[in-house]
Amino acid sequence: MSKSNFSRRGVLATGAMTAGGLMLPTYLRADAHAGFTNAPQGDTVKIGFNVPQTGPYAEEGLDELRAQELAVEHLNGMGDGGMLNTFSEKNLDGTGILGKKVEFVTGDTQTKSDVARASAQSMIQKDGCIMINGGSSSGVAIAVQGLCQEAGVIFMAGLTHSNDTTGKDKKANGFRHFFNGYMSGAALGPVLENEYGNERRAYHLTADYTWGWTQQESMQASTEAIGWETVQNVLTPVGAGDFASYLTPVINSGADTLVLNHYGGDMVNSLTQAVTQFGLKDKVVNGKDFKIIVPLYSELMAAGAGSNIEGVFGSMNWNWQLQDAGTAAFVKSFGEKYGFPPSGSAHTCYVQTLLYADAVTRAGTFNPCGVVEALEDFDFDGMGNGPTTYRGADHQCFKDVLVMKGTENPTNQYDTLEIVEVTPRAQVEYEPDHPMFAGGDLGECNPGA
Amino acid sequence: MDALILQLLNGMDKGAAYALIALGLTLIFGTLGVVNFAHGALFMIGAFCAVTMQRILNLSATIIDETQTDFLGNPLKVEVPYVQSWFGEVTGAAIQDWAVPLSILLVIPVMLLVGWAMERGLIKHFYKRPHADQILVTFGLAIVIGEIIKAFYGANPIQTPSPAALTGSIDLGVAIGFEPNTVIYSIWRIVYFFFAALIIAGVFAFLQFTTFGMVVRAGMADRETVGMLGIDIDKRFTVMFGIAACVAGLAGMMYAPILSPHYNLGMDFLVLSFVVVVVGGMGSLPGAVLAGFVLGIVQSLSSMNEVKAIIPGIDQIIIYLVAIIILLTRPRGLMGRKGVMEE
Repeated sequence: MSKSNFSRRGVLATGAMTAGGLMLPTYLRADAHAGFTNAPQGDTVKIGFNVPQTGPYAEEGLDELRAQELAVEHLNGMGDGGMLNTFSEKNLDGTGILGKKVEFVTGDTQTKSDVARASAQSMIQKDGCIMINGGSSSGVAIAVQGLCQEAGVIFMAGLTHSNDTTGKDKKANGFRHFFNGYMSGAALGPVLENEYGNERRAYHLTADYTWGWTQQESMQASTEAIGWETVQNVLTPVGAGDFASYLTPVINSGADTLVLNHYGGDMVNSLTQAVTQFGLKDKVVNGKDFKIIVPLYSELMAAGAGSNIEGVFGSMNWNWQLQDAGTAAFVKSFGEKYGFPPSGSAHTCYVQTLLYADAVTRAGTFNPCGVVEALEDFDFDGMGNGPTTYRGADHQCFKDVLVMKGTENPTNQYDTLEIVEVTPRAQVEYEPDHPMFAGGDLGECNPGA
Repeated sequence: MDALILQLLNGMDKGAAYALIALGLTLIFGTLGVVNFAHGALFMIGAFCAVTMQRILNLSATIIDETQTDFLGNPLKVEVPYVQSWFGEVTGAAIQDWAVPLSILLVIPVMLLVGWAMERGLIKHFYKRPHADQILVTFGLAIVIGEIIKAFYGANPIQTPSPAALTGSIDLGVAIGFEPNTVIYSIWRIVYFFFAALIIAGVFAFLQFTTFGMVVRAGMADRETVGMLGIDIDKRFTVMFGIAACVAGLAGMMYAPILSPHYNLGMDFLVLSFVVVVVGGMGSLPGAVLAGFVLGIVQSLSSMNEVKAIIPGIDQIIIYLVAIIILLTRPRGLMGRKGVMEE
């Protein structure tokens, strides 16, 4: 009978050493060493594009998706490079991000907060995404931003215009390239004063959710600052469809201006009904021509509203008609690939994808905390809108804002809006503790796992 | 007072739409005994017939205009509608302008065909099944129709304007002794109201004054006895399904300029229309029309700022509140018949 040399302590010690040895390569890999959620393995990195592909904002979401796919092509060295050629930072060379080829998965938010969160959660847990990008609607953006903060991944919101996204609901892991309601008000105020004078009576119809509330508050503040009186603010349910019951009281309210704090299908319906069914644009009240204002425009909405937007003022984050080199490069890339000009939300999602990649490259890590540090108070140019800053205090992007007007004599199907003024960013800047953005806490960045 | 009149007009207009859809629903329920949750989808198909007619009339030849450039600097492609090439610029543009009323030529055959296909292809297999099965299958059908529409027309609302001559508003106040510019109302909505009244009157006249209608009414009252007289009542009821589909389609077609058609349009109206049918009394045609107008007017009056200042959000729930009160006090609805849906 042979004698065994194994002892209990010996087996435990050998097992521990073997386990330690097996774990060592993983531990020594820089990304895993950093200990953060979904550290990229192998030679690829995966990001998630969470946009509405069905539901009321589907067209907006699909345009975001097109732009994001274009951004991935450019990051991976395909196509003409688009804005990589005009971006003031020259860290991205078409070899992916930190040498890893960029892959992506897509999700459908349906413009519903719960669906969007479930979709983002699946991207993070099942697909291993390191960053979530895109979306339309502030309600969705705020919901997904909270999830990404908890999960420890970077979130770059798409089309979200509520002050709350970088106000009371701001999060350290979230950034917003898009402008906000306050900026729209600040840009529109002086133009409206110049065009319509100081003695106007405004009636607001407002979508009853976070974006509508903050947009209305911002517009009321900016129009009252130029001497206008606010007659009434009426909240309307999202997706009301028929706005006749809300529009008829406007007729006898004594108001000479209607501010439609609506977006998407609601804006198309309320504006169309106001113009074609109740003839508000043809009315004369208090000796003045009746005017309609749509504070937030998008190209897709403008196309939906057709000729009803002619002469109606609004604001935009960016527009394909800008003349800077960055815009020209992006419009060329997008236009040649898809056959039509990109929308403002497409631009936002495209730029955010490149900015994330650049931040990772500058930080030298995919660790969200490194990315946050690289993006905070980051100044750059060449992405449209001129010199731009991502403010560290609230993760809001500051840049020039566009005041737009519905084209009165369109020459082709894309000629729906014209740029009235490029409002300098100094005019739309505000302190982080401005009352409209008060409350909430950016908190600390969360690297996750 | 002028604000009250305006909301009454809104209510009449809204009620006309509810009444038209509820009338079709009741026709189907009263004849075939089927609770058709796809009826809202028929309304939507009617609206998209208007969109289709608009697109047909806007079919264009593409020519290259070398004197202009597109957004990429390439020579501009200019679309010239065939209608304008064939009939001249002025006549062609006028035909295009009247796309919505002209789409009646498309709506009637399309809705008859869709109604026939729905009834023969699917719904007839569920006549003897419980109402829950009918609701499930027709609701599923409504979702399928919505998705098919989305696949063809996209998810965004599509502008379908009324003819220029019927666009804008009219000052009704002057006619009834009010100050000018106080009671202004949409011309197309007034047209819609009278159109709805005409269709409703037409359906009632058809049922009341034709032999076909008399047989259908007899079948609704006592199907078995009519069958024993040698009359093929099933065939007549299938025709009534087609007529109900036409009524829904015409209602949708004329509503297209009021609310830009989108793939979910049917669902927006479906629930409200069922409330209208239940409040009016299941199976009662006059009840459906009466309830449609009552609920439309109540909903509009509740959306007055003065009312909402007292009870915020009342406009969103008033229809359901009224429905609860009516059903508590009159369990068969306003004009419901004894024995219908009571087994």
